[in-house]
Amino acid sequence: MNPVEQAVVWLNDPLNWTNPGGVLDRLGEHLSMSALAVLLGCLVAWPIGLWLGHSGRGGGLVLLVSNVTLAIPTLALLTILPLTFLGFGRPAVVVALAVFAVPPLLANAYTGVRQADPEARDAARGMGLSGGQVLRRVELPLAVPYLAAGFRTAAVQVVATAALASFVNGGGLGQIIRAGFGLDIAAGGGQIIAGGVLVAGLALLVEGVLALVERAVTPRPLRRVRRRANRRATAATTGG
Amino acid sequence: MSLHLSYRADPGNPWFSWQYVRDNSDTILAALREHTSLTARAVVIAALVALPLAVLAYWFRSLSAPILAVTGVLYTVPSLALFAFLAPYLGIGAITVLTVVALYALLVIVRNALAGLNQVPPEVREAAEGMGYGRWGRLFRIELPLALPGILTGVRLATVSTVALVTVGVVVGRGGLGQLIFAGFQNNFYKAQIMAGTVLCVLLALVLDLVLAGAGRLLTPWLRGRSAR
Repeated sequence: MNPVEQAVVWLNDPLNWTNPGGVLDRLGEHLSMSALAVLLGCLVAWPIGLWLGHSGRGGGLVLLVSNVTLAIPTLALLTILPLTFLGFGRPAVVVALAVFAVPPLLANAYTGVRQADPEARDAARGMGLSGGQVLRRVELPLAVPYLAAGFRTAAVQVVATAALASFVNGGGLGQIIRAGFGLDIAAGGGQIIAGGVLVAGLALLVEGVLALVERAVTPRPLRRVRRRANRRATAATTGG
Repeated sequence: MSLHLSYRADPGNPWFSWQYVRDNSDTILAALREHTSLTARAVVIAALVALPLAVLAYWFRSLSAPILAVTGVLYTVPSLALFAFLAPYLGIGAITVLTVVALYALLVIVRNALAGLNQVPPEVREAAEGMGYGRWGRLFRIELPLALPGILTGVRLATVSTVALVTVGVVVGRGGLGQLIFAGFQNNFYKAQIMAGTVLCVLLALVLDLVLAGAGRLLTPWLRGRSAR
């Protein structure tokens, strides 16, 4: 039986889904830690990015953050953070994943505000809006397509990276692949491929769903901008 | 339990230790060598495949969309899943790591090279055509040199992310410096070893990036007078 057939058999065994530590458990872990990481990333990156964009300073900082995080291996953060005050378990994994969510969120929030039409900003100023009001009522709505694009990139990246949490026994769907490798290729090949299908499928699914969400939250006149935002997002982040 | 705690507190487990580096210099250097060679081979292979692909997408507009779509989907597939798909066929070893990281590098380089080629101004293309350049002459004498900054950006991005990505190779036992990090974690959370692996990884990325930036400056002397950004 070749590995692909083994994978089909593995995926068709209901016990592999419902057992403790089965697919359903792992999927729940995967989604909950990814959601927490993206939430944490948003809470940190969006206020900073919006403020930097509003004040027009810190472009270099945004670039630096994305370049530095590109060079840090995920494996290093996943192994280092549990040994700090965060301790072993969920918090360390979530923080490690959140670190990789920050660059796309930050870069898109920054460019989103920067790209706001200067005339709209001037008009708002002329109407007597304060700096904070301009940010809230003019720049923020205009930045929504960028924020959505950044959110999508960050979320997909976190869901993909969360598979690596299995290296430090952090749970998630990656655990299925790791367990397969533990069995040796001949015996675990099917499980390895099945795990790969699940991990890749989840990432593509999240990408697709968020693309629809992104479209839904982007007002019709701004949809052309969305494409540009996407391109920037992909340029700002690369990595596994 | 208390005995265990006092034992751990006594010899200490520092984040940095020259003692560790001195005692294990052979292992560390071997890991660094493997990491560097995997990265270099992956990026070279990726560039050799990516450039013709980018040129094809540039010449034949109809190929542009499919190539970008396929690279986009492949890029979304997590690295661990790619390892999972390839390992049962390629086996446990360096060839699997090389294939996975080269694939990701390929995607980055194709996208940036195509963007670089598309930025060649149409006037320049028309002028070259008017001067009698054929398709190939124009490509090698005009378009590729003008696209060089974009190509180099792609190669630099690909190199830096490849250095980080090679560490995932621990899943098949050939992660270069990742092997140090992972073994350090498994052997009683040996902080000095984890840190040595991490620092070398980041330094390697930095050094390779600077080398490529320098090579880029040498290759594009006409850009030197202008500001970097």
